[in-house]
Amino acid sequence: MRNTLTIAGKELGAYFLQPVAYVVMTVFLLLGGFFFFSLLRRFDVVLQMYSAMQNAEQLSRFNLNQMVIDPLLQNLAIVLVILVPAITMRSFAEEKRTGTYEFLLTAPVRTGEIVAGKFIAAATFVLIMIGLAGIFPLILIMFGDPETAVMLSGYLGLAFLGVVFVAIGLFTSSITQNQIIAAISCFGALLFLYVISWPAQSGGAGLAGILRYLSLPEHFSQMVIGIIDTQDIVYFVSLILVALFLTQRSVESARWR
Amino acid sequence: MIEVKKLTKAYGSFIAIRDVCFRAERGSVLGFLGPNGAGKTTTMRIITGYMPASGGTVLIDGLDIFSQSLEARRHIGYLPESPPLYGDMRVEAYLRFVAKLRGVASAEVASAVERVLNSCGLSDMARRICGQLSKGYRQRVGLAQALIHDPPVLVLDEPTIGLDPRQIHEIRDLIKHLSGERTVVLSTHILPEVSQICDKVVIINDGQVVLEEMLSALPQGRTLEEVFLEAISRERHAGRELDEETLEEVGAGRG
Repeated sequence: MRNTLTIAGKELGAYFLQPVAYVVMTVFLLLGGFFFFSLLRRFDVVLQMYSAMQNAEQLSRFNLNQMVIDPLLQNLAIVLVILVPAITMRSFAEEKRTGTYEFLLTAPVRTGEIVAGKFIAAATFVLIMIGLAGIFPLILIMFGDPETAVMLSGYLGLAFLGVVFVAIGLFTSSITQNQIIAAISCFGALLFLYVISWPAQSGGAGLAGILRYLSLPEHFSQMVIGIIDTQDIVYFVSLILVALFLTQRSVESARWR
Repeated sequence: MIEVKKLTKAYGSFIAIRDVCFRAERGSVLGFLGPNGAGKTTTMRIITGYMPASGGTVLIDGLDIFSQSLEARRHIGYLPESPPLYGDMRVEAYLRFVAKLRGVASAEVASAVERVLNSCGLSDMARRICGQLSKGYRQRVGLAQALIHDPPVLVLDEPTIGLDPRQIHEIRDLIKHLSGERTVVLSTHILPEVSQICDKVVIINDGQVVLEEMLSALPQGRTLEEVFLEAISRERHAGRELDEETLEEVGAGRG
């Protein structure tokens, strides 16, 4: 445990010693701010339009959660698909290239502790980033009347998504010493998990069910609209555990290859 | 004490080392010599548990580096061929990290860092960023990280490479000074270095040990260089004879 925390602390510190972390966070928050502004602007325009038309029925169906937070979270999730690979690509690949891997593997530390430490650091980083994006719902709460619980559920979904991405990113970083390969293969894997349910419409019922179950957005969307189902939590947690297990095996394999 | 027993390592079909055996006694410095590509780094990487052997074992103070890996690794301080520095950390922070990972008790981390900073002549460099250090200082930080947990066994892969003559002198003094109760194995190309600081010499060529001898037991009146060249060429000679035989066999097969 001490080793895990030592590695996690050092890794988290290392993110902030590098410009990459600041660039990634800035891009994430700038884009988030832009989405938020555009969505809110659109909400405002539509609201004024319906008010002018005195359409009470349409107006009552209107809500901030559906028109602002829901699309905002969906967009931020896509941004994470692109940014998380950039965060995790260094974790193992860089160490292999610079030779510090040799130090890490000859230190009296278990492979699992190395993987856990790096995972905690990268996950914390992503969670900090998502936490900072919490400014958008805060603004809504200050000036409007959104449903807080639904927003919390949505952000929880985004957090799970981010941590799943991190676990997959660690795995792709552990199989190569080239950061570009690590990032691209992580990006490919994430995108694939995003679109995996596309053939579901044309496939048979059994296959469609499986593809839908594997698909990230299917589970994420549930949480965005405020449904926290154990099935979705189990899905996210098992993805994280599988990816971390594969990472541990891949690092360990250096010892028997 | 390090006992290397019949160590073999194959990368695919290429055999890097074959049946390497030697012993490094406690309180002595063993010089590990050999031409480039002879298998020095491979052997050291196996001794330190970085990679497994295809065959044979290594005992570190009686602990098997494969089956009791974690415990055995605690006994080793290792300086790899290229110093394993995290480029964007400060020297001090890096050494603290290494100390914790190598199992130095939290209360003793600060004094351990202080100690190696002093003994490796890094006191003025503590606040510098590792990636911006010169080659010589990187090498010293590499040595400092190997010493930080006061290990009974030290494995140094070319510790004086890239240093200027004065630094080489200092590092050699340091290693000699360190040996005391420790087991030290160092690899090098520099023969005078071996005669200055080592008690025992092991020469490896083409992945096989061709000489294991106490320095004091080497033939009188001959320099280490002569011994080294002879040990290597004897082996080459044998290799060539073998080649000729195979050629003849091939020729016979055709006939």
